[in-house]
Amino acid sequence: MTAALVLIAVVTLATAAVALSLRNLIHSALLLIASWFGIAAFYLWAGAEFVAFAQVLVYVGAVSMVVLFAVLLTRRSRADTVIAPDSLARAISAVITGVAVFGVLVAAILKSSLGRLSPAGVPALPGGTSVSPVISAPTATVREIGIQLMSTHAAALIIIGILLTVALLGAVILAAQDGPESKQESP
Amino acid sequence: MSLDPLPLCLLFSSALFCLGLIGALARSNTILVLLGIELMLNAANLNFIAFWRYGPATSPATGVMFVMFSIAVAAAEAAVGLALIIAVYRHQKSIRLQEANRLKG
Repeated sequence: MTAALVLIAVVTLATAAVALSLRNLIHSALLLIASWFGIAAFYLWAGAEFVAFAQVLVYVGAVSMVVLFAVLLTRRSRADTVIAPDSLARAISAVITGVAVFGVLVAAILKSSLGRLSPAGVPALPGGTSVSPVISAPTATVREIGIQLMSTHAAALIIIGILLTVALLGAVILAAQDGPESKQESP
Repeated sequence: MSLDPLPLCLLFSSALFCLGLIGALARSNTILVLLGIELMLNAANLNFIAFWRYGPATSPATGVMFVMFSIAVAAAEAAVGLALIIAVYRHQKSIRLQEANRLKG
C-alpha cells in the first residue's frame, strides 16, 4: 500500500522535475503528460476513481493538447522549440526559495498530529506508538456523486458552468486574430 | 519518521508544489511558468483527496466534489493563460518574460 504510494510519488516527481528543467518545450509538455498520469494514479490509489478519470480526461486529454498548440503556435521557425538557457542566478535563487518552502512544509507536516488522528477526529492516546488508525475508506460512487451534484452542490455546478463558458469565450476573443474587417469597422 | 499514509501524501503534494514553484520562478519561458502553476494547482488537489481519504470523517463525497470543481477552474485558467500567451506573442514576437515589459501594444 505504502510502497505503491512511494512509487507513484517518485515517478510523478521525477517526470515533473525533468519536464521543468528541459530546454525543449515539446519534450517538457510530453513529460508533464506522464506526470499528470502519475497524479491520476494517485487518485486511483486513494480510491477516488471518478476524479482519476476526470484528471485523465481534462489534463491528459485537453490541457496537454492546448499546451502543445500554444508551443507550436508561438515558435518563430521550425526548430524554435528549443529555448535559450535561462540565467543561472535566477535558477539558483528559485531553487533556494523552493527548498526553503519545502523545508517549512516538511517541518510543519512532521510536527503536526495529522497522521495520528483517529477517524472520528479524536487524537490518539499520547505514547500509543503503534496506533494505526483503521479508517474505513469513504466511498464515492458515481451515483452518489451525481446525486450530490444535483442536490447539495447544484448552485456550484451552475456557477462552474457559467465560469467555464465565460472563460473559454474570453480565451477565444483574446487569441482571435484581428482581421481587416474589424479594423475597417472602427472609426 | 512516521510512515502513516496521510503524512506521506502530504509530503508528496508539498514536494510537487515546490517543484511547481521552482519551475514558475526559475524559467523565463511563459509556457513553462504556466505549467509550473498547473503543477501547484495539482498539488492542492492531491491534498484535498488525501484529507478526504484519511482525515476526520465528513460527508462521503466532499473531497471529490472539491477536486472536481478545482479541476474545472484549473482548466479554465489554463485556457485563458495560453490565450494570453498567444496574444502577447502576436504583439512582442516572443514569449520570454523579460521581453514582455511594455504595456503599450
